[in-house]
Amino acid sequence: MNAIDAAMRSRRPAGVRPHTGRERPVRRTRRIGAPNWPVTVALMVAALTVVVPLYVTVAMSLKNSSQAADGNAFAPPWPISPHNFVEAWRLTRFPVSFGISLAVAAVTVAGTLVLSSLAAYAIARNWDRRIFRWSFFYLLGAMFLPFPVVALPQIKLTALLGIDNPVGVALLHIVFQLSFSVLLYSAFLRSIPGTLEESARIDGATTWQVFWRIIMPLLGPMNATVGIFAFLASWNDYMMPSLITADPAQQTLPVVQNIFQSQFGTNYNIAFASYLMAMAPTVVVYLFSQRWVIRGMTQGAVKQ
Amino acid sequence: MSVPVRLARGAAGVIHPGRRRRVEPIFYWFLLPTLLVFTALVLLPAVVGLFYSFTDYVGFGTWSFTGITNYRAVFSDPSVLAAYEFTIGFALVTVVVAQVVALALALGLTGRIRYATALRSIFVIPMVISGIVIAYVFEYLFSNTLPSLATSVGFGPLEQSILGNPSLAWTAIVIVSAWQTIPGALLIYIAGLLTIPDELYEAAALDGASPWRRFRSITLPLIAGFVVINSVLGVKGYLNAYDIIVALTYGGPGTATRSVAMTIFSGYTGGDYAYQMANAAVFFVLTVVVSLLQLLATRGRGLRLR
Repeated sequence: MNAIDAAMRSRRPAGVRPHTGRERPVRRTRRIGAPNWPVTVALMVAALTVVVPLYVTVAMSLKNSSQAADGNAFAPPWPISPHNFVEAWRLTRFPVSFGISLAVAAVTVAGTLVLSSLAAYAIARNWDRRIFRWSFFYLLGAMFLPFPVVALPQIKLTALLGIDNPVGVALLHIVFQLSFSVLLYSAFLRSIPGTLEESARIDGATTWQVFWRIIMPLLGPMNATVGIFAFLASWNDYMMPSLITADPAQQTLPVVQNIFQSQFGTNYNIAFASYLMAMAPTVVVYLFSQRWVIRGMTQGAVKQ
Repeated sequence: MSVPVRLARGAAGVIHPGRRRRVEPIFYWFLLPTLLVFTALVLLPAVVGLFYSFTDYVGFGTWSFTGITNYRAVFSDPSVLAAYEFTIGFALVTVVVAQVVALALALGLTGRIRYATALRSIFVIPMVISGIVIAYVFEYLFSNTLPSLATSVGFGPLEQSILGNPSLAWTAIVIVSAWQTIPGALLIYIAGLLTIPDELYEAAALDGASPWRRFRSITLPLIAGFVVINSVLGVKGYLNAYDIIVALTYGGPGTATRSVAMTIFSGYTGGDYAYQMANAAVFFVLTVVVSLLQLLATRGRGLRLR
């Protein structure tokens, strides 16, 4: 715990540089000289390990039943059979499961952002007080308690409280995000000088106003990082919703895919249409906002 | 003897020597909701679960204390021990595979190559895809496409689905888990490699150091910290393996690929709640050991929780 303590004590922890929004890495790649074609080609071949499964998903989703059953996953789909999507849409009750997934992820992101930034602000500005320091380490204790360790009592508890449904899933997604997010926020908040807050206070702003008008905007880049992590963890999760939500009709998008494992086991084309509809939203959003996403994820992962 | 000076921080973080300020009450209200939900939804269940691990509770009805009977049983239960053996072995193999591939890709992507941005975008895609959904896709590839390919080229060992082979099914789980976790490690390695100044490589090249020598004597020592952190975080994640296994093998064939998480969850439907809580408590100890390694690894290098 010494490292944490030291990092929290120093005004500028080793990890986090204040983000000005303008900074650029000195260089992204070593671009001097001619491109190294053998390495480029090797990487392109390696990229096939990502591209081929995605291609197979798209190809399979557009095949008719007899094409899908002939076993050659790589054959291009012809004639194209868009009917699979209609069928998958109906079988998974796509609008419902998509809506539930989106609602759970949205609540998770909003809850994580608000709860952990408020807590981190309180902790960072009162680090000299034992109770705030201890609260910080208490929250960090979550890293010792992954979901499988506490799953059984949590299943019982959510059933007892009547939240064995998407509400409970969102709440659990929030609490499992807390320690990571509080840590990111409080390290970042230590790097923000207090002068801005001080002057707002002199102008008569309350702490509540200071938080929403000054701190929250300053937290912008951290919000993006925390939000991206929380969203992906929630949106893609299978473990928690499958165990917590009692009513199959209220399951999230990743969980409802399991209907193709039993009832519709051989309709691969329809199953893949469904998989594609489950994957596409995050992939599309990622492809359009990747600079953002990659920066956010790198920042969350590397605090160096 | 020096007199310790007490430093008090003003509300906005300004330090006022010699005066212990009051904490503004609103700060307690900022902290309270987080502490409450965490206590209610994580700590409380953990304590209750630990309590029941010393009983014969089956999940409902009456119970009585049984002391450490459950723990004794856990340590002599071949199916639980097999789950630990599989999970730890799988975690160690996967972490090596994922780190080697991620580091190799990062070296390539930070080198003098064309289409670096596009390639990086592709390699990061697995990070945004749901593990269970892509594992369903791979399940099809492993059980249908791969055998039919192997049959057409007459490669005997792969003509049957590897998912149905008790001694090979784990390789499929390693492949998909690595596939999904490589991007995270890759981004960290790219960031790490970009901190190494070019001059070091140029100087080494002038001295006639071979590329391998430059990698071993410059790159590796300078990113050793990243390797350690990535590895510990990787192991921690892999120990909780569940989604991908559910989609690929559901623990099979037989119980060949049952992870610890799967055995614990079986306590929910299987009626051995208290017994699986003892198992969860043992798993907790394993997590603590890995997490302490993580803290050790992150000492003095800032902090990371994942």
